[in-house]
Amino acid sequence: MNKKLTCIECPRGCVLSVDAENGKLVRLEGYECPKGEKYAIAEIENPTRILTSTVLTEGLFLKMIPVRTSDPIPKSDIKKAMSEIIKIRIKRSIRTGDVIIKDFLGSGADLIATRDCSV
Amino acid sequence: MAAAIAAHESGVKDILLLERDQYLGGILNQCIHTGFGIEYFKEVLTGPEYAQRFIKEIKKIPDIEISLKSFVVDLTRDKTLTFIKPGILEKVKARVLIMATGCREKTREMIHIAGTRPSGVFSAGLAQKLINIEGLLPGKRVVIAGSGDIGLIMARRFMLEGAEVRAVIEIEKKTRGLLRNVVQCIEDFEIPMYFNHRISKINGKDRVESVTAVKVDDDLNDIPGTDVRFDCDTVLISVGLIPENELIEMAGVQIDKKTNSPVSHELNKTSIPGLFVCGNSFKVYDIVDSVSLDSEIAGRLAAEYLRKKI
Ligand code: SF4
Repeated sequence: MNKKLTCIECPRGCVLSVDAENGKLVRLEGYECPKGEKYAIAEIENPTRILTSTVLTEGLFLKMIPVRTSDPIPKSDIKKAMSEIIKIRIKRSIRTGDVIIKDFLGSGADLIATRDCSV
Repeated sequence: MAAAIAAHESGVKDILLLERDQYLGGILNQCIHTGFGIEYFKEVLTGPEYAQRFIKEIKKIPDIEISLKSFVVDLTRDKTLTFIKPGILEKVKARVLIMATGCREKTREMIHIAGTRPSGVFSAGLAQKLINIEGLLPGKRVVIAGSGDIGLIMARRFMLEGAEVRAVIEIEKKTRGLLRNVVQCIEDFEIPMYFNHRISKINGKDRVESVTAVKVDDDLNDIPGTDVRFDCDTVLISVGLIPENELIEMAGVQIDKKTNSPVSHELNKTSIPGLFVCGNSFKVYDIVDSVSLDSEIAGRLAAEYLRKKI
């Protein structure tokens, strides 16, 4: 099956032409760097995304702390991830990169803060 | 921040940075999605993380004084700035000035949508601020007018927060935003996109109740009989940015009325010597990495200007 994908790894947005058989990538054209190749394989075999969102704080200077997954997580987990994120409350000072939930949903990726915030 | 750091690196010793918000970083703070920094830091960062890198750097430099909650209200040709800060009104005369005032969003008024004036019409960036900074969801059923990057990113943000995005309506043949945003924000969530369409009317009494869209021909004229109606409670306007340059205009800098950017033959320079403009207020960039690089040039130009004057 031939498919056109747009690589989302960088703003260039290369159009990748891929052939897949039985859920495996067999031919790839149009990528301009190794990241594009990795993206195409993941997109065919197990599409993943970095999830970004915000979590509510209690008693901190900012009302919301932005967060993200440290690595891409399976697209199919995103709904579940959001329903977990909604439940979190941050009550302590936090620094960019601090882990909020380790091994988030068993994905191997951590949920990390992306902004500093003190009390 | 990039301009201030670069000016300092080029030998400027006494720098004042005025920020109107209560924290540094500007619009990056509400751009919580990834995609920043690939060029500049060779890493994929979110907006706040990207800003944080500069904040960390700038706080190490005692020669740069940072003044938050400082809103500049007046600027004159001799580079005298008047700014208000909670409780005080201050005046400061600069020998060289770099403006990094960024952009504001184009509004509903600029694209002429007929209809009533109910609540529920937001610029995409305002909705972004409400969700990401204030933690408030502005609506449950959303239609987005225009396919600028902020609109696409907000489509995903609304979907993630459990709202429903009914349609993205773009008057042109193709998206104005980056392709990657179409893929990961629109296609991932199966949001319908209508090209060659425009919102012709916003309906509703107190709150938005629906919008009417109509197909347009190649000359952007409405094609009669092609009306489609979308029930919704919220409309986001995402039709591009316009440089914010009212202060330098006040000071007498020549402004191109079409683009609202300074008339200039050279990057970052204006018709007033020693008054520089950098980043999105000079011209609208697609990515923040270019803004930082451009701003560093402005910082170095400012330093060079000071050296020549002495
Ligand atoms: S293939 Fe490489 S250069 Fe092309 S969009 Fe992907 S990451 Fe960017």
